[in-house]
Amino acid sequence: MTREAYHKALKELQDEVLKMSALVGTAIKESMEALKARDVEKSRRIVKNDMQINRMRFDIEEKCIRLIATQQPMAVDLRVLASIINVITDLERIGDHAEGIAKISVSIGDEPLVKPLIDMPVMAGKALSMLQRCMAAFVARDAEAAKKICNEDDEVDLLYDTIYNELVLLMVQDPKIIKDATYLIWAAHNIERMADRVTNIAERVVYMATGKMEEMNVSKY
Amino acid sequence: MTDKIKIKDLNFHYGAKQALKNINLSVKEKEITALIGPSGCGKTTFLRCLNRMHDLYPGNRYEGEIIIDGKNILEKGLDLIKLRSRVGMVFQKPTPFPMSMFENVAFGVKLMGIRKKKEISERVEKALRDSALWDEIKDRLNEPALSLSGGQQQRLCIARAVAVEPEVILMDEPCSALDPVATAKIEDLMTDLKKYYTVVIVTHNMQQAARVSEYTGFFMLGEVVEFDFTQKIFTAPANKLTEDYITGRFG
Repeated sequence: MTREAYHKALKELQDEVLKMSALVGTAIKESMEALKARDVEKSRRIVKNDMQINRMRFDIEEKCIRLIATQQPMAVDLRVLASIINVITDLERIGDHAEGIAKISVSIGDEPLVKPLIDMPVMAGKALSMLQRCMAAFVARDAEAAKKICNEDDEVDLLYDTIYNELVLLMVQDPKIIKDATYLIWAAHNIERMADRVTNIAERVVYMATGKMEEMNVSKY
Repeated sequence: MTDKIKIKDLNFHYGAKQALKNINLSVKEKEITALIGPSGCGKTTFLRCLNRMHDLYPGNRYEGEIIIDGKNILEKGLDLIKLRSRVGMVFQKPTPFPMSMFENVAFGVKLMGIRKKKEISERVEKALRDSALWDEIKDRLNEPALSLSGGQQQRLCIARAVAVEPEVILMDEPCSALDPVATAKIEDLMTDLKKYYTVVIVTHNMQQAARVSEYTGFFMLGEVVEFDFTQKIFTAPANKLTEDYITGRFG
């Protein structure tokens, strides 16, 4: 009773999720590069490319539903499919956050940034690395690795707090920059949310691997 | 949840061949327990131990204990007729007797020594109602049981088992010869039956086990690999063999 076609379809679905996460990863990286380099054209391209990520999400979700309807998956297969539906939702939202940064970059336009970006690219690099390792844990069904990644969310939050405080201080000193400084706070907030979404994905990896639903990212507030 | 049946270190041999090895599990009262596993894994053999059906053939040997309500039914000298009226059985293929629908259901009741016509009629009606067949056949009870459809015949067999008011009903793939509509009716019926009876079902249809049962046991090569809540077995089984079997990676 081995079900080869079904298991092949499951494997292909997983590959598509990885493709989607790679696109999201590129969006994170490029949105930060474009913001830093003040490359408005590149930012516009990122906004446009987000459509492809959104389409992939619906496409994968449809395939999951089709497999559930036609193959009645059980045990680990069921957990994988249920997790994929959640994971692609989080991936899609992470893509939206990258798009958000790109839109901010477009809104700032040709204006110079109110301060050089130092911590923010570090923060984006951290979120990207978390995402990439989380997807590796997804493939390996590695609950332990996924749990460890969640702990790193605190580092991203700390960077966000630093950036926020720094920008508020600048606004107090010079109210003329309030608008552009607020844009940068939004950009940083988008990255902070990306990392939160990665911890959601990590929770799904833990569920896939162990069958246990656990909250990993407990808010400090 | 009380244990209706407790199985302790059960071994069973067909002559020289050992078919069950060290089975230990508990069947909960008024719940449905499903047994799954590849063909030849021992699930039907196990089911047939529970009302000592194997005693019908010579050379079979039990070891261990099957305790129903505190009494070991493997003890020598046990009244097997009485045991089988307490632990009824429904088979894979519907097995109506070549007699009327009424007589089929009344058969066991009469065997129990009940002679009063009124009491027999009442028992037959109640059994047919419990088996969700009464409304369909009440106007033609004296027609041959073999004129019923397959699904109706199987519900008649369930009525025949229920009529003697057993405590436990064993079902050996009761839907494997039925179409999806008849299968759905039997599954609904099982859910109704568990209000009054403890049900143990052997099924090849894993979705059926998942739909109807509270507990599931996975058998392989004569052993119980895993026994747990059904929802646990089908979402996150503890044993890799169980997982591989129910996800179709072997079997």
